[in-house]
Amino acid sequence: MAMKYDQVVSAFDPVLGLEVHVELGTKSKMFCGCATLFGAEPNTQVCPVCLGLPGSLPVVNRKAIEYTIAIGLALNCSIAPYSRFARKNYFYPDMPKNFQTSQYDEPICKNGYLDLEVETEDGIKEFRVDIERVHMEEDTGKSLHVGGATGRIHGADYSLLDYNRAGIPLVEIVTKTIEGTGKYAPLVAKAYVKELRDILRSLGVSDVKMEQGSLRCDANVSLRPMGEKKLGTRSETKNVNSLRSVERAVRAEMIRHAGILETGGKVKQETRHFHENTGETTAGRSKEQAEDYRYFQEPDLIPIAPADSWIDEIRKNLPERPSERRKRLQSAWSVPDKEMAAMVNADVLDLVAETVELGADPTKARGWWLGEIARIANENEKWAGELPISPVNVKELIDLINAGELTDKLARQVVEGVINGEGSPKEVVAQRGFKVVSDDTALMEAIERAITTQPDVADKVRNGHIPAAGALIGAVMKDTKGQADAAKVRSLLLKHLGQSE
Amino acid sequence: MIRKSANEMAASLASGEVTSVELTKAHFARIEEVDVKVRAFLHLDTEGALASASVIDERRKKGEELPPLAGVPLALKDVLVQKNVPTTCGSKILQGWRPPYDATVVKNLKKNGVVILGKTNMDEFAMGSSTENSAFHPTHNPWDLTRIPGGSGGGSSAAISSFEAPLAIGTDTGGSIRQPAAVTGTVGVKPTYGGVSRYGLVAFSSSLDQAGPCARTVLDAALLHEAIAGHDEKDSTSIDAPVPKVVEAARRGDVKGVRIGVIKELQGEGYQAGVLERFQESLDILSGLGAEIVEVSCPSFDYALPAYYLIAPSECSSNLARFDAMRFGLRVGEGSAEEVMNATREAGFGREVKRRIILGTYALSSGYYDAYYGSAQKVRTLIKNDFEKAFLSADVLVSPTAPTTAFKIGEKSDDPLAMYLNDIATIPVNLAGICAISIPSGLAKEDSLPAGFQVMAPAMADDRLYNVGAALERELLAKWSKPLLDFAPELA
Amino acid sequence: MSESELDHLSSELDLILSAVARVSEVAKDDIAPTSHPLPLLNVFREDVITPSLTADEALSGAPAKEEGRFKVPQILGEEA
Ligand SMILES: [Zn+2]
Repeated sequence: MAMKYDQVVSAFDPVLGLEVHVELGTKSKMFCGCATLFGAEPNTQVCPVCLGLPGSLPVVNRKAIEYTIAIGLALNCSIAPYSRFARKNYFYPDMPKNFQTSQYDEPICKNGYLDLEVETEDGIKEFRVDIERVHMEEDTGKSLHVGGATGRIHGADYSLLDYNRAGIPLVEIVTKTIEGTGKYAPLVAKAYVKELRDILRSLGVSDVKMEQGSLRCDANVSLRPMGEKKLGTRSETKNVNSLRSVERAVRAEMIRHAGILETGGKVKQETRHFHENTGETTAGRSKEQAEDYRYFQEPDLIPIAPADSWIDEIRKNLPERPSERRKRLQSAWSVPDKEMAAMVNADVLDLVAETVELGADPTKARGWWLGEIARIANENEKWAGELPISPVNVKELIDLINAGELTDKLARQVVEGVINGEGSPKEVVAQRGFKVVSDDTALMEAIERAITTQPDVADKVRNGHIPAAGALIGAVMKDTKGQADAAKVRSLLLKHLGQSE
Repeated sequence: MIRKSANEMAASLASGEVTSVELTKAHFARIEEVDVKVRAFLHLDTEGALASASVIDERRKKGEELPPLAGVPLALKDVLVQKNVPTTCGSKILQGWRPPYDATVVKNLKKNGVVILGKTNMDEFAMGSSTENSAFHPTHNPWDLTRIPGGSGGGSSAAISSFEAPLAIGTDTGGSIRQPAAVTGTVGVKPTYGGVSRYGLVAFSSSLDQAGPCARTVLDAALLHEAIAGHDEKDSTSIDAPVPKVVEAARRGDVKGVRIGVIKELQGEGYQAGVLERFQESLDILSGLGAEIVEVSCPSFDYALPAYYLIAPSECSSNLARFDAMRFGLRVGEGSAEEVMNATREAGFGREVKRRIILGTYALSSGYYDAYYGSAQKVRTLIKNDFEKAFLSADVLVSPTAPTTAFKIGEKSDDPLAMYLNDIATIPVNLAGICAISIPSGLAKEDSLPAGFQVMAPAMADDRLYNVGAALERELLAKWSKPLLDFAPELA
Repeated sequence: MSESELDHLSSELDLILSAVARVSEVAKDDIAPTSHPLPLLNVFREDVITPSLTADEALSGAPAKEEGRFKVPQILGEEA
């Protein structure tokens, strides 16, 4: 019987280690000039180098080094004055050379840290995660497993390989052991990956799309009894591909480990796979006979010794740190803590900021991104940024409302239209024939008609019974197909009937 | 015509005395005639060669200015990829593979209008000193068909010494250009590491491999050297500097005042007397030309052979991992990808290749890395230091190229350690990344077989090799009164 | 490899290994290892796209192919 989470954290002290792989957003691959576009026809972005054909040789993409140094600097790492590539030798059909060109004992960035503000049920907690290393390597190809019942690797009859992804630059960011997080461990893990993702996005070095695999996280989890110094045996949960999954996977592993330890069992050191649908992990390859990768310096590549001037240049161009930016925006927009946290949690801060930059009012911009758009996103189990509505659209929408050309109610329909792909807000307004009836003459005619059809109601209002006006306003709105501004109708009506609020 | 030097052929082409198509056909005819005995070639590209020859003829007819070697035929070691032309590296594992790209050396040859006749035999993946390790067949030394033509580039050395081609490309990881040159009475140069692009050279040992020219004269080698050398942005280890003026040096051949260092450790025990005698004779000639002969000591060279036999297998164990039956080449066996890979490698690799892969895998494994691969890399530093020190007192260093003349086919094939000793004088050059030439020094008295004289120069001082080589060649030619190869038996 | 071939190979390997083990005699701690023969540094290419092979060229040497992909026997191991 599995332990409850609060039992787990009262008996055991979790220790984490997180390895994040990021595909860099360079135009060309790490060691050759092939394009890195996502979704190309299979094997059309390959050459002798990234196919590992005999005789081919790698040459390092300067931009990839620059991006990696930028990541290292943003994570407070020291940049190695001299570093080399190494070969990590093992057989796997998606890896064309049967060695991965990587870095081993000489990574380009070392010893950094990342400070986190973690929102917990006990308020905001601060944690510092120490970074062990940031190093460069290359991605593998993609395999499609054919035959068998499930289309998964086990039971497949054969596999089909596409090497378009092979050789895309990857950066691996490895933390030191993360200790002292206690019951917040899953939240810290999630917050770390999220903060890291925000930093990478702000650096512009990657599109950091977890769902497309351009940012992938492996989570190492171990437990030790409270008060014990010695680390427990860890499991490594692979390719956890959403922020929510990071938190869930860590929690699931903590509960699983505790269940084993509590009954006197031993945790196996192994790879685990997280399943989003069940929220559980299953065993992968056992690491008991650890593979010997026979690392050695890559003789085909030349050592990297970045000049101080180059590093300084990269440092100078680093963008504002996301945490600092958040503070700056919060004070500029005068947003309360809770609202700010809501934006951060829904991951719409950048979208709001862009909308504000276009000239929209911060409160209104926030209202739309956290309101109607977030609602539709939730409905579709998506993130607002994935919906086909842009800050430019939202700004246009707000402008239309300000100009009195849309009511809030109509505007919500416009948002829906934009997301449905009907065009920009103006186009949706035109196509759907939305027109706020603001022409007084037209409104007055509708009001006259309402009074004529409901004379007794009109009399009540004339006699000072203001709440009765509702029925007349409703009739006017119905008459104008909802395209009139209700407040305006009300004021015209009352005035016409010789009353005021 | 086929017995002329490449330089002479180029002159005949330029004067219109002969066309490239005629010259190419003449070489194919010679190959047809003698290659059944020599077996230098693995593949002939008759159609491609004649097509490029006729293009050159057309261009010449139009009065275009052509590069010096335009229209001259060449034999290409089968370790360099040529687009759509079979490339096997002497291995069954690559049988039938037609690469979809050209090596930079091949590109440069094409740019220079050189006509590539075909691909020459070699020890499988360039591992060997006799060409007996070819998966297809051994190659025979034109001086004595029962003997080896050297290795790994025995096909290239046999092709030029049997007049099947005036020029050839070889690759030299531990002596695979120079030792075959020495035992076939031809000229072979291992350029400075990084002087010639390795892009498209199927790697044996990446930090040691270097392609270079094989020819019958020093000037021919220089002309070919200039055609293939130069910076290549596709090879990170390529040197971004002008190519040393090797042709000029080969035309100069003046050793007056040149300090020539004789390496104490590369003579004596294990060296055939007749080989040492020819070596001494060459030294005397150079001295007579005004060179200053000094003795230098390189004590770490004693460790060069063991270091080489750790570094090269280690790198090759990783380089050859890609031959896994997944993307190109041979595929045999059934079952999982891993099982098919293992079955294919078992069937596709020969014994020497397997031996070195196992050795290299072992030397790189954790727990042994420091004692083997790590130590070998330190020896490499010591050897570099020895060379640097020696080059303080000498402009070039010299030694016999190989300790013996060509041995009999089969004589050493069961004794890998004895086989490895062939490279004792050539290996230090590769470990240090410097350059060296082997030129014929005459015939050893015991067996009337050719011996080689090796000249070594610092990195990017390749021109010194050609200067010294040309001077010695000129004097020896005068002494012999005809080219050394004219002493070889008729094959036809 | 066959049993006899393996036996042969392992005795040879023992011989070779004992011969090459001599390198540790001189490999003192204070000697820096040489991994590259030339002291080059910082060789890069610019982030520029160059033409790739066509899919046909890429697959031209494949022992088996299907739907523009390399067809390989079943892969045992990790779920990617
Ligand atoms: Zn590529």
